[in-house]
Amino acid sequence: MSSPATAPALRRETYLNVSFGVKSWLLTTDHKRIALLYLVSITLFFFLGGFFAVLIRLHLLTPEGSLVTAETYNKLFTMHGVVMIFFFLIPSIPAVLGNFLIPLMIGAKDLAFPRLNLASWYIFNLAALFTLYTVITGGVDTGWTFYTPYSSLYSNTHVVPTIVGIFFAGFSSILTGLNFIVTIHTMRAPGMTWFRLPLFVWTHYATSLIMVLGTPVVAITLTLVAVERIFHLAIFNPALGGDPLLFQHLFWFYSHPAVYIMVLPAMGVTTELITAFARKKLFGYHFVAAASLGIAVIGFFVWAHHMFVAGLSPYAAMIFSILSYLVAIPSAVKVFNWTATLYKGSVSWATPMLYGLGFIGLFVMGGMTGLFLAALGLDVHVHDTYFVVAHFHYIMVGGAVMGYLGGLHYWWPKISGRLYPEALARFAAIVLFVGFNLTFFPQFILGYLGMPRRYHAYPPEFQVLNVLSTAGASILGVGYLLPMFYLVWSMRYGPIAGSNPWPATGLEWQTPSPPPPHNFDRTPVVTWEPYDFAGRADLQYPVPRPEPQMFQPAAHD
Amino acid sequence: MQGGLPLFPERASTMARHVDALFFYLLGVSLFISLLILVLIIVFSIKYRRRASNEIGAPLGGSMKLEVFWMVIPFLLCMVMFGWGASLFMAMQRPPPQAMEIYVVGKQWMWKLQHPEGQMEINELHVPVGRDIKLTMTSEDVIHDFFVPAFRVKSDVLPGRYTSIWFRPTKPGRYHLFCSQYCGTNHAVMGGWVTVMEPADFEAWMSGGPTQGSLAEAGAKLFRELACNNCHVSSGQGRGPSLVGLYGSIVRLEGGATVVADDNYLRESILNPRAKIVAGYKADMPVFQGLVNEEQLLELIAYIQSLAPPPAASGQPGAAAESHPPAPATKKLQ
Repeated sequence: MSSPATAPALRRETYLNVSFGVKSWLLTTDHKRIALLYLVSITLFFFLGGFFAVLIRLHLLTPEGSLVTAETYNKLFTMHGVVMIFFFLIPSIPAVLGNFLIPLMIGAKDLAFPRLNLASWYIFNLAALFTLYTVITGGVDTGWTFYTPYSSLYSNTHVVPTIVGIFFAGFSSILTGLNFIVTIHTMRAPGMTWFRLPLFVWTHYATSLIMVLGTPVVAITLTLVAVERIFHLAIFNPALGGDPLLFQHLFWFYSHPAVYIMVLPAMGVTTELITAFARKKLFGYHFVAAASLGIAVIGFFVWAHHMFVAGLSPYAAMIFSILSYLVAIPSAVKVFNWTATLYKGSVSWATPMLYGLGFIGLFVMGGMTGLFLAALGLDVHVHDTYFVVAHFHYIMVGGAVMGYLGGLHYWWPKISGRLYPEALARFAAIVLFVGFNLTFFPQFILGYLGMPRRYHAYPPEFQVLNVLSTAGASILGVGYLLPMFYLVWSMRYGPIAGSNPWPATGLEWQTPSPPPPHNFDRTPVVTWEPYDFAGRADLQYPVPRPEPQMFQPAAHD
Repeated sequence: MQGGLPLFPERASTMARHVDALFFYLLGVSLFISLLILVLIIVFSIKYRRRASNEIGAPLGGSMKLEVFWMVIPFLLCMVMFGWGASLFMAMQRPPPQAMEIYVVGKQWMWKLQHPEGQMEINELHVPVGRDIKLTMTSEDVIHDFFVPAFRVKSDVLPGRYTSIWFRPTKPGRYHLFCSQYCGTNHAVMGGWVTVMEPADFEAWMSGGPTQGSLAEAGAKLFRELACNNCHVSSGQGRGPSLVGLYGSIVRLEGGATVVADDNYLRESILNPRAKIVAGYKADMPVFQGLVNEEQLLELIAYIQSLAPPPAASGQPGAAAESHPPAPATKKLQ
């Protein structure tokens, strides 16, 4: 490394090189550094949750279950769900990309409460320690849904430590949400009106509302389970006058909106990807923005569609069925507007765009199968089968994880200052897409055939589809490992990115990559509409030269 | 690998056809919309692919007409799904009046199935083809779920209350019975078979096994053992209300409210009598919570159900028990 004395003028100060050492990271209040701390934490949890998934899929290769005992299998799917939902999916896009980008996108120096931001990372890791403790000491077997009275009276596994872990993780989520709401309200740069905000910010605003309003409910609910378990109070225990269905109402009041915590930010990322790589204004900006809020609001009133066969009143079931259909409309609006944005665009097939288009495809399939589940008479047959498993993996893995990886690639040059290897990254995106469909599509068929979820053993006629699913999962696994390796590699060896490599219109691309410690050398003033490529003379496109094509001779040289 | 590659489940109840019809409607709509979007994305991505590195898209902002169009059309399609699904659901919720009743108790990790004539089965259910069957179900411990894919019926089975499903089998055969609500270690093996038989075979099966008498008879015996008959006398002059003709009737409570005397009401009134007091009576019945188990509760309810309404009543509880409706109805089908 060159010493500062030899070339002091060349060394630009960035958030990465402004200070060094473990302490400078663990005590940082820079939202960009905290985002990277989160990136490390959730990546560890992603691979832990993935490890459980690998064991589950291997076990299901044979009808009688080939790998572990029934007890262990039940712990595996429980830990897979707990880790993936509470310690990966919920924090993934908001805590990493949202943390890094929201101040940059609105032209602010940091989030409104930088110390609270750091505190939320510490709380998250404290929660994670509790969860790791339960994994090491034997795990928990209630399913991530903790249904009573099984969780409160019958399970003899580590229910309480797991609940404590989720309880603390919830606080980290609330603090992040609160921080985003205040930041977006109060710290927008001059000229950055609400309708000039990138959709990424809108979706994070909607997500933050859910985090702040919903998370306390799940915290209280799980606390009640712990209280019933420890002190034998009658809350959910029917023998003492409690009501087990009360738990399901309270649990899903948070946990259904939680699905939108996972997928709304991914919708925001997708909007950024589609506009940047079609180089075109977002079609129906106001509708897409309103749809984000619509999803967040209506999403709070659909929870009992998880309970259609649970002994709910049929009239209540009808209300929740119709509300579930209503929440589908804003999602459909988003998909149609993304598709329309491609029309007469300048569509690039760069890696982030492959993820963006992949997101639309998988989200459409996940959303459409959600319509099957909202139809009361049909839900009776497919409820609690692999049809549901396939449906929510299409939304949460096909949707949210594709969005997360797409966003990570798109903003990687901003985060690291370097470009990832394009050909390898495209290959990985395609491997992921194929592997994902091969893993989860057979599960729709399994579900309609009647295979219930959470089965450690199954009738032999379901084997072929299960083997297909496991084969797909092994391809999917490769797809997840590849980006981790080449992104780490590119931090040192990737080509220097420059401040706006794509180029894109957001404020985050106006500052150098990696950004300076306080984001902008001068507070930016916004005078343009969002995604307005045509109206932006300042964007510098690469020198025109034909992309590698088989039949198109160079037209502009 | 065994078992081949089935792609569609067997259809063995009257409901299966209706559920599958709704499924195909949804499949049609979603295939159409998914393919439309897929084709548009592929066509746009190829037709408008970037041809020069400094090319930008056309400055199009949006279209109110299009936005309204793609909100209204999906909304209408969704309302058809809602209406169709809801009407099917209501049909599933309302068992036909003459249905043959079978009682189901789930526990970790087995199903106990009780025919009204007295036959008890474990993880097996024998039913005749072409008859409406109603299952009244409860759990001894955690939440379970009774699921027969070939019939397209499913319901959670809860501790502390009754839920029910009904079906009419259309095809003799053996069909999977699954527990589909996670219930602990052996959740995956808490299942068995539903055997649908020709009516004659079913009659032979019913008369084959040993039986301790009908469920209502067992209930009548228990009714005397627990000294219920000391207060609940059929004349209505006892300390408790008469139970003759009670089942399914509307009961007036203290304070003016009314309640239908269904399984869940009777269950509550036995276990926790003070929850609802019949108008004109005092709250002095003892609590039976913890004194009777789930099977005994079902026997008592079957007995109360067997007490025919006054015009036909002989006044003798034991005699009334023999006129339990499903039994003669079963024989009619021979």
